[in-house]
Amino acid sequence: MVNEKNDELALDCLLLAGQIMMESGAETYRVEDTMLRMARSQNLDAQSYVTPTGIILSLGKQQKTKIISISSRITDLHKIAKVNNVSRKLTLKIITLDEAYDELRMIQKTNYFLPIWLQILMAAVSSACFLILFKGTWFDMPAAFIAGGTGYLALLAIQHLTKVKFFSEFFASFVIALVAFSTVKLGYGNEIDKIIISGVMPLVPGVLITNAVRDMMAGHLTAGIAKGTEAFLTAFAIGSGVAVVVAFY
Amino acid sequence: MEYVIQLIFSFLATASLCVIFNAPIKAIPYCGLVGAVGWMIFYSALQLQLTEVFASFLGAFVVAICAQGFARRLKSPMIVFIVSGIIPLVPGGLAYNTLRYFVEQNYTLGLETGIRAFLISGAIAMGIVFSEVIFQLFVQFMRNSLTSMQSFSRNKRRQ
Repeated sequence: MVNEKNDELALDCLLLAGQIMMESGAETYRVEDTMLRMARSQNLDAQSYVTPTGIILSLGKQQKTKIISISSRITDLHKIAKVNNVSRKLTLKIITLDEAYDELRMIQKTNYFLPIWLQILMAAVSSACFLILFKGTWFDMPAAFIAGGTGYLALLAIQHLTKVKFFSEFFASFVIALVAFSTVKLGYGNEIDKIIISGVMPLVPGVLITNAVRDMMAGHLTAGIAKGTEAFLTAFAIGSGVAVVVAFY
Repeated sequence: MEYVIQLIFSFLATASLCVIFNAPIKAIPYCGLVGAVGWMIFYSALQLQLTEVFASFLGAFVVAICAQGFARRLKSPMIVFIVSGIIPLVPGGLAYNTLRYFVEQNYTLGLETGIRAFLISGAIAMGIVFSEVIFQLFVQFMRNSLTSMQSFSRNKRRQ
């Protein structure tokens, strides 16, 4: 009876770790690896099937199996690092399964993001920096700064208002293109293309594309294709947002 | 002079994007450093007339080596440094141009640009995986440890 309860807890704990990691944008093979490592430290013979949209975990032939579905994926490196830390401590037997489960619950609830004004400021700074990396002129820097900042603000605002995927990216890139267009029209910018490209850099799914290829190389073909599709749709949303403005221009 | 400007701005761009991706605060300067190193390799390779695909491969290779080092040192998962390191390398501009050409009904140029973007992102991923495997084989040679990929496949076989 005690053993059965412990198995139940282990199952929940492993799934929670997997869910947090997947929702924070970790690579699929690493999620599976972390879950199996944690299971082995508890002397469990676990089997798992991980995809970007759901995780199936079973503790063996006669044991229970649980499924968890994952609906949203963002990039949150702090959470991945935290879960990794818990998994390391559990594997080294520094903490027990109960403590690990409590810590994971805590991690799931906490919001580790920095204040929003700082995020927007940093998006603006990075856009201005990318302009120089893409061989833009110093004159265009303020335009890229404003475009990146307003674009990211629009992204966050729409994500707050509606849960529809890809629409926030579409709207954000629309705003960026609009800002770039107006600054060029008003004489505060020269090259509209470079301003737009540096403005959309905080939005582009480069990490998703690369993770998709890495997952495929680790043998997770399903996960790779799913992530690749998500990346393609995001890129398409960004492109069409810009395209609406360019069509009038 | 040009190199110094590129170095400073790639560091700033990477470090500020890390804030958006919410890297652990004490890791952010290291993330910026990884990004700057990757971009400098890429930039120098382009100046040496190498193709952009090969330059991206080299950049990602070095990024992953740095990431492994910092991951061990700061006890953070490697993805924190990899994600930040490849930010300047990813072909965001090319992906944008692809769709732009399609919208302008310039399909041939759009396809060409799209394939370039695809090859570059493939090269980045290859660079990371190659260096991960080589670095870990080296460490394994010195010590007895496994890459996550190796232990993953070994567990699969064991089951």
